[in-house]
Amino acid sequence: MSEKNLKDRKNLIEVKNLKKHFKVGRNQILKAVDGISFNIREGETLGLVGESGCGKSTTGRTLIRLYEATDGDVIFDGMNIHKLNRKEMKNFAKQVQMIFQDPYASLNPRMTVGDIIGEGMDIHNIRKGKERTAKIYELLETVGLNREHASRFPHEFSGGQRQRIGIARALSIEPKFIVCDEPISALDVSIQAQVVNLLEDLQEKMGLTYLFIAHDLSMVKHISDRIAVMYLGAIMEITTSKHLYEEPLHPYTQALLSAIPIPDPDIERSRNRIILEGDVPSPINPPEGCKFQKRCKYAKDICREKAPELREVKPDHFVACHLVK
Amino acid sequence: MARDKSRVLLDVKDLRVSFDTYAGEVQAVRGVSFYVNKGEALAIVGESGCGKSVTAQSTMQLIPMPPGRIKDGSVMFNGKDLTKLTDRQMESVRGSEISMIFQDPMTSLNPTMKVGKQIMEGLIKHQRMSKSEAKKKAIEMLDVVGIPNPDKRVEQYPHEFSGGMRQRAMIAIALACNPKLLIADEPTTALDVTIQAQILDLMKGLQRDFDTSIILITHDLGVVADMAQRVVVMYAGKVIESGTLDEIFYDGQHPYTWGLLNSVPRLDTNAKEKLIPIEGTPPDLFSPPKGCPFAARCDYAMPICREEMPEETFLTEDHFVKCWLQHEMAPNIENPTKIKRGGK
Repeated sequence: MSEKNLKDRKNLIEVKNLKKHFKVGRNQILKAVDGISFNIREGETLGLVGESGCGKSTTGRTLIRLYEATDGDVIFDGMNIHKLNRKEMKNFAKQVQMIFQDPYASLNPRMTVGDIIGEGMDIHNIRKGKERTAKIYELLETVGLNREHASRFPHEFSGGQRQRIGIARALSIEPKFIVCDEPISALDVSIQAQVVNLLEDLQEKMGLTYLFIAHDLSMVKHISDRIAVMYLGAIMEITTSKHLYEEPLHPYTQALLSAIPIPDPDIERSRNRIILEGDVPSPINPPEGCKFQKRCKYAKDICREKAPELREVKPDHFVACHLVK
Repeated sequence: MARDKSRVLLDVKDLRVSFDTYAGEVQAVRGVSFYVNKGEALAIVGESGCGKSVTAQSTMQLIPMPPGRIKDGSVMFNGKDLTKLTDRQMESVRGSEISMIFQDPMTSLNPTMKVGKQIMEGLIKHQRMSKSEAKKKAIEMLDVVGIPNPDKRVEQYPHEFSGGMRQRAMIAIALACNPKLLIADEPTTALDVTIQAQILDLMKGLQRDFDTSIILITHDLGVVADMAQRVVVMYAGKVIESGTLDEIFYDGQHPYTWGLLNSVPRLDTNAKEKLIPIEGTPPDLFSPPKGCPFAARCDYAMPICREEMPEETFLTEDHFVKCWLQHEMAPNIENPTKIKRGGK
């Protein structure tokens, strides 16, 4: 895959100061997503990485209004999606789809594969009768299964095959934008590569835009054009995948990259790992100032007082840290 | 690291484990042999269902019987055959000489028992310590595994610990009696990468300081490269290749080993190349294929591969592979995308 020229593409999605807070008890608010802003350009794959509980899945879901936003805007192709009425919402729903992490829980065990894939078309009244069946067969073949599979049930398939069914379902209404929420984490390594290659082929053929949520940074680096790093509900750094790996600027990104073991014994023997102390703090009472300050070895007074803003420090390289010049 | 008999701590020979289910017999482990030296970390790698966890659990005699049953083979540990021990005798080995840590720290600790008490259990049983001695040791162990305020933490329950801390607590339990062998079954799979780095660092330190042997079961080749000295590659209940870390990563000979190494993207290189997946899925162990189990997914399969399982071919004293490509009459095939040392 050659690197795409993304600079002059227009934005498909603009996220402005998006917040999603959950009430978790009397007077307790969990700030899962706490004021994030970024864009996704047409035809690109934006990777969203971070540790569990950092708000990456909530971001993905709020982006397509599976959750109502607490504050902020999501502009999709000129529409502010959190302000749409029912009818407009249905039209929007036709343009976005989601692929889920768990290929076992995300397919209805009582429906045939054909009906699972056809459900979107039925809801949106897109194709009926023979045309619908023909489309289901075509989709099954697109994702590397065959037409005989349409009459079978999900339990007859392996994890990787189920994930292919999930992908066929997502493609059935020809969306522009797909949120892939950890689509390969539940699969074996040899199968992960099959699914990632399929996602890449489909993007090339259909001009799809992806938000690819994952915690496996090596795979995210492979598939993404740009990557956003999240920590405790905030974006710490966002840039092209090449820049992020060659020149990580945020201390959190540096620690995260250094923590990943590389399957090459010589490199592992010569590496000096940055080991972070402690755990991720709870998003119910996040620290004051910069969210990362409690675990950051460079933290200064200003980090404890004021939350840093996401600034463009180099062309197309944004970072939220007081200490990066 | 040549095979020196006096250094061998655990020697598993031709282990066969099956499970009897309503649908028939599942042959989960089909003749596995490997050994672990003193103070060494051995990694067992393979995909889910390849039998790596069953192998580890049978070493500890932890397979539920029935439905499980050890059909054949021996597990020699320190001169004893563990498969021949009675339950009673086995109890005195478990937790004191061999310990195990599991993948899921959430479900493998007892939620109704204080963490301190769970560490003390083994000490009181195996080392006949008094309660107050055991508690002192428990606090010491929590400190060794890097849990802050250990004197307060011993009095807490598992739910008051975070995921990474529970895994540390489990390691503290496993190491309390100073075992000779630690079996770690996917110890970091459920953890975030920054926490994984902490735990691996801890395990390496313990291996160095206490000369503990480790069997590390994982599917993450990065973790293997970081931790292990030798590697056993399993597929469909069989060992298909085994060797030192460098022999497997830089001079692997089995097409499945190549496939595993090629299907993971590398963090440190910049090539935006297509990944090379292994097409197809592993065979069903209800009726394992007659020949090499990988033949159906192998790009280089020959007619003989489907007929007969190849024997071991030794390339060095430690490095062997079971593949017909090693036969003198087979075509000469090299790994098409060999990883080069240092990522160059």
